[in-house]
Amino acid sequence: MIDFALIVDVVVLALLLVTALAIARMKDLFAIVMLSGIYGLLSAAFFVSLDAVDVAFTEAAVGAGISPLLFLSVLKLTGRYENSSHSHALFALLLVVVTGLMLVVGTLDMPAFGDPGSPASSHVAVRYLEESAREIDIPNVVTSVLASYRGYDTFGEAVVIFTAAVGVLSLLGLLSGPREGRESPVRMADHLVLRLISEMLIPLILLFALYVQFHGEYGPGGGFQAGVIFAAAIILYSMLFGLHAAQSVARPAVLRALAAIGVLVYGSVGVVSMLSGGTFLDYSVLSDDPVSGQHLGIIVIELGVGVTVASTMILIFFAFTSRSDAAHPESSR
Amino acid sequence: MIMDLYNYWVVIALMMIGFYSVIVRGNLVKKLIGLNIFQTSVFIFYISVGKVDGGTAPILVDGVTLYSNPLPHVLILTAIVVGIATLALALALVVRIKDAYGTVEEEEIREIDEQ
Repeated sequence: MIDFALIVDVVVLALLLVTALAIARMKDLFAIVMLSGIYGLLSAAFFVSLDAVDVAFTEAAVGAGISPLLFLSVLKLTGRYENSSHSHALFALLLVVVTGLMLVVGTLDMPAFGDPGSPASSHVAVRYLEESAREIDIPNVVTSVLASYRGYDTFGEAVVIFTAAVGVLSLLGLLSGPREGRESPVRMADHLVLRLISEMLIPLILLFALYVQFHGEYGPGGGFQAGVIFAAAIILYSMLFGLHAAQSVARPAVLRALAAIGVLVYGSVGVVSMLSGGTFLDYSVLSDDPVSGQHLGIIVIELGVGVTVASTMILIFFAFTSRSDAAHPESSR
Repeated sequence: MIMDLYNYWVVIALMMIGFYSVIVRGNLVKKLIGLNIFQTSVFIFYISVGKVDGGTAPILVDGVTLYSNPLPHVLILTAIVVGIATLALALALVVRIKDAYGTVEEEEIREIDEQ
């Protein structure tokens, strides 16, 4: 019998390898960024084939969407071509080959790919799969682990994202977008096909983000995925109609407040559960019935995560584009 | 044997390609793209470790007993979003370096520093 999953696995990984090699060899940074978008899409496809649907969602929005866009707006400021000087190329190649070979030797006694009895799949993961139906009672185990069992980690990650946004804004500042009159004559919105398709897509993307946010307990989804998808819709809007128009819809002052409020909501759930007699982020005490307490806690913290992720992603994008628009007003979108 | 470890070897190859770009390339943007490839290789490694033969996505359904390991999914899902946030911070630093030095090539920055 032919194992199709295995064929997909082999082919997608080989494509990833080819794309990475092309990225490493090329000098045109614009082409490299485009290839890195393909690389992100390929890894999302790979994650789907290995059952990691929640991860694939996030990677598709981040790796194929937001990250190439950030690179592009930086390229606008730093230039498209890299200098051809290579320092210590031979020595580096030797170093990389030796390191790689040592890592390969390290894999020789690793459990086989897909082994159900591998150490990674036989300790706490089994408990999550067996007990979460009784303890938390939501079908998506990834959400149970993310929001409840490992709620501490996720809180830390929400804080990291918030801190990164604070860092980006302090480094770049948020210049106000170009005035209406200064907008360049060639605008993306003048391309009829682009405009019509985006106008149809943007409401659907926003609606889908809300679905992913509130359906994350039952299907793949949750705050992180919904946040990046929501941000992608606003970013699409701002690419089409210009930064000025986008900032009058998603006002930077409001976004800054929302980014902080999301983290605050998350932390407050922890404090409320402490005040109710439990430990930090122990949702069972939030309601008379431990299971509905868990449900309540998960919905609220996922909302906090979603709000923080969406607003930080939009803010970061605004910070970069406002700078490149200010540097090159003639090529502004 | 080869199929048992194929995923891990591809991960190592990707990781080394990223590592090589970080060491050799002088352009800071290119270094960050190399770092991005390195980072994605770690994601692929974790998800490969979590795969269980015959298992399905870890969303509980009646009648299914074998699921892939949800724990690596959780770790990587958050790592991706943290990764883009930290990448943005690095890119912001690159933009400021360009402002201060007028270049993002490592060698030229070093020459300016030595003057």
